[in-house]
Amino acid sequence: MMRSCKEVTRLVSQGEERDLGFLERVELRMHLAACRGCRNASDQLRFLRRAARSLQEEDEHTAGRA
Amino acid sequence: MGARETVSSPLPSPDDLQARIQAERPYLLRYAALQLRDRDAAEDAVQETLLAALTGSSGFAGRSSLRTWLTGILKHKIVDHIRRSSREQAAPDPAEGDDADFDALFDRRGHWVDPPQAWENPEGALEQGRLRAVLEECLKGLPARTAQAFMMREHLGLDTPELCKALGVTPTHSWVLLYRARMALRLCLERNGFGR
Repeated sequence: MMRSCKEVTRLVSQGEERDLGFLERVELRMHLAACRGCRNASDQLRFLRRAARSLQEEDEHTAGRA
Repeated sequence: MGARETVSSPLPSPDDLQARIQAERPYLLRYAALQLRDRDAAEDAVQETLLAALTGSSGFAGRSSLRTWLTGILKHKIVDHIRRSSREQAAPDPAEGDDADFDALFDRRGHWVDPPQAWENPEGALEQGRLRAVLEECLKGLPARTAQAFMMREHLGLDTPELCKALGVTPTHSWVLLYRARMALRLCLERNGFGR
């Protein structure tokens, strides 16, 4: 019943795309609480979104932000 | 909308604006190439963008930067191009859906062989712009459709239905592509010393 780390990384990624089921959420939470490697991987996989957003460069005249 | 309004900072003259639009071309080309992965397609998308900008420059209200405005137009052209090329392509390569590549990361029971360590101040690297070059290189190492799926989702912000429409895939397949992209990019950043 315990999810493997490989399955957990897949759930973390899918959790960004769809609503996970109740059981999936519980299993994910339990696994992450016990597994530092997956916690780190989970943070890093989700960090990629902010990283991807940064790929658009602004020039110096960004009036919108002033 | 066509009439020129006098606002606190006057809009540039048409000639000046045209020159400034042309000056953004190299940036736009690089931006498009990163996502389309095809030099000709990137040239086309940028050309369409410049044309739309030059004929519709009244749409540029000066509230955002010129680059932001042009990039906004280009984003739509990029998705259009991906949608068109997906339609022309044969059925997706089944190898795209296989995550055997990540088998080396896990043991037989699916546990980490080498558990990921926390990254040292990733937000700081992001703010200082140190991440961009590495991430761009890592993206170039992905299969084209995997990279396109990632960029459309995480950079352009498309949702699952939009992503599926652009790539001509099922939701399940789009999630597989995103999973592969994220796992590969995480690993690539780490191997390039990111987070150390």
